[in-house]
Amino acid sequence: MSAPTSHTPHATRSVPQDQTEGVPSFEASGGDWSQIAEEAARLGEERIVVNMGPQHPSTHGVLRLMLEIDGETVTEARAGIGYLHTGIEKNMEFRTWTQGVTFCTRMDYVAPLFQEAAYCLAVEKLLGITDDVPERASVIRVLMMELNRISSHLVFLATGGNELGATTIMIIGFTAREEILKIFEMISGLRMNHAYIRPGGVAQDVPPGSIDAVREALTKVRGYLRQLEDLMLANPILQARMKDVGTLSLAACMALGVTGPILRSTGLPYDVRKANPYSGYETYDFDVPVNDGADAWSRLLLRIEECYQSMRIVEQCLERLAKPGPVMVADKKVAWPAQLAIGTDGMGNSLDHIKEIMGTSMESLIHHFKLVTEGFRVPAGQVFQTVEHPRGELGVHLVSDGGTKPYRAHFRDPSFNNLQAVSMMCEGGQIADVVVAVASIDPVLGGVDR
Amino acid sequence: MTDEKKAPTGEKADASAAVKPGESAPAGAQRTSAAALEAGSQNVPATGPDVGARTPLEVVDVRTGMFGAHGTGDTSGYGGLVRTVAMPGPSERPYGGWFDEVVDVLTEVLDESGTGYANAVEAVVVDRTELTLVVARAHLVEVARALRDDADLRFELSLGVSGVHFPHDAGRELHAVYHLVSVTHGRRLRLEVTAPESDPHIPSTTSVYPTNDWHERETWDFFGIVFDGHPALARIQMPDDWPGHPQRKDYPLGGIPVEYKGATVPPPDQRRSYS
Repeated sequence: MSAPTSHTPHATRSVPQDQTEGVPSFEASGGDWSQIAEEAARLGEERIVVNMGPQHPSTHGVLRLMLEIDGETVTEARAGIGYLHTGIEKNMEFRTWTQGVTFCTRMDYVAPLFQEAAYCLAVEKLLGITDDVPERASVIRVLMMELNRISSHLVFLATGGNELGATTIMIIGFTAREEILKIFEMISGLRMNHAYIRPGGVAQDVPPGSIDAVREALTKVRGYLRQLEDLMLANPILQARMKDVGTLSLAACMALGVTGPILRSTGLPYDVRKANPYSGYETYDFDVPVNDGADAWSRLLLRIEECYQSMRIVEQCLERLAKPGPVMVADKKVAWPAQLAIGTDGMGNSLDHIKEIMGTSMESLIHHFKLVTEGFRVPAGQVFQTVEHPRGELGVHLVSDGGTKPYRAHFRDPSFNNLQAVSMMCEGGQIADVVVAVASIDPVLGGVDR
Repeated sequence: MTDEKKAPTGEKADASAAVKPGESAPAGAQRTSAAALEAGSQNVPATGPDVGARTPLEVVDVRTGMFGAHGTGDTSGYGGLVRTVAMPGPSERPYGGWFDEVVDVLTEVLDESGTGYANAVEAVVVDRTELTLVVARAHLVEVARALRDDADLRFELSLGVSGVHFPHDAGRELHAVYHLVSVTHGRRLRLEVTAPESDPHIPSTTSVYPTNDWHERETWDFFGIVFDGHPALARIQMPDDWPGHPQRKDYPLGGIPVEYKGATVPPPDQRRSYS
């Protein structure tokens, strides 16, 4: 435990017991709302503070909203977070640079490949090997990220629809996402939390047949997306719920650091893939869709359009993947010694590799052992790398002290930042609109709390 | 992990002196210092064949030994190894690309306001194609405002605050790092502000970048940096009554030993580590 500083935490303290006497409090357990309202009316209490969450189905996980309401109108909204804090950043300081991928992929679990890619790009920048990453590895990274963007936006459509009571939208959205998760499983071995992108490249090449599988999946996802559009876009109820709800102007977005689809729904085409390209995004042909409604509805339209743009990029990736090549840097001091193969006990190092290090080459064994247990050293310094996450700009701040582990790894998660806009989006609106506004931010609490 | 951090302060002072050419180091410390300087050079990218031309390094720590073994149990033969941990030091002009232009404009704006560029910006570090301005904490808000408001600078988007704890960087233990983006000009830079652990105060930038509200709360929560002028500096991730600041280096990771097939695996922060 650190020595107490001269400044004790001056967080909001719990109210002493003797001060709460006389303050009426109600506990809603569902279905008793009218009784509570009657009781409040009897007491003549007009100002009610309602805790929405952290265990509320429409708060996207464990987000807690503290709403001060006057009738049905929200007069003040605050977000409380931290219920999913797992100390991933601190944990990463105790693992090697390569093991860090396994941790950061668990932050925003709906878009895990973006954390992996951003982290690995940052490590490569620290090592100074950005240009040495093979082209095929970058293409695979882009392919995986764009597929992940589609699957993440599908979850937005699905859960957003579900929160408004449209279960069909949820079922179609998750079914479509499943097609992409199957691709992830085929390529990385896992549906989520892949740890597939590694410093220097990717863990392994795409297996044979995966290019056709991706093409097939894209056709299916396109079909599901059309179904979703048919269901949603002309639906008067959905339009009434989402249009002019949760508005946030361009100035507000800039002041609150809000990026991603929310910023682009105000008309500014700011996209890190174009503004500060990485992994060769400047060589792909795609558009950055914008809209000027600045409300939940335009964000919905934008995310659907972004899915189609991602498909364009994926198709270009597939063409480039026809050319074989290495998927990991040539520098054996950095490249993870992974010659993976499926064995009787699951995936592991191939028998050929084990035969080599155990039977023929002592030096190979030493090298393998050193790299896997000790890891590689990264020259001291700090870098900041951002990527365009489905929810906005994801930043990774890495500090190295020249050792085999990150000295400090900080993730600027877009959901964390964007949740600050909840107050601005919700205050003055109806309680029901809070659900729409929060859904349009599309926060993932695993990323918010890390 | 914790052992290697506890470098004797005497050695640290010697090493710091050694890497500042021009300052005379105590004679007794000369041998260690030279060794430390040479060893420390392994941790920073080579700037050229001429070692004398290298810019001064910012030493944040000095470590001894290797493989995490210390004391009499150290049979590795590396027990006498002394290595300095140094961050890239200040850069000299030209910084390259648009970096010079931004620094020039900032100099002009700050000199006009009476603050003076030399007082506000302590160092300019260009490393790995990134520009870092090390800013005196007293002038942080003014620098941020100048960077945001001047039409030729226009860093209108802040990407938050990150903290770093260097327990052996005497007088500058706590670092707050701000990343700014100019959407208008397509530029990015970093502001770095330091504060001593004994006086962990840094002015809040929420008046310039409202987005830094939660980020400063997070940095307070994890590092104990007090952002003066913040509207409500409450903990954000940890419970309100949590003691200590978990991301500080002297705060343990925690964890329990795990038994697996008869062997016991210690928690990650107690395993042997490569210092």
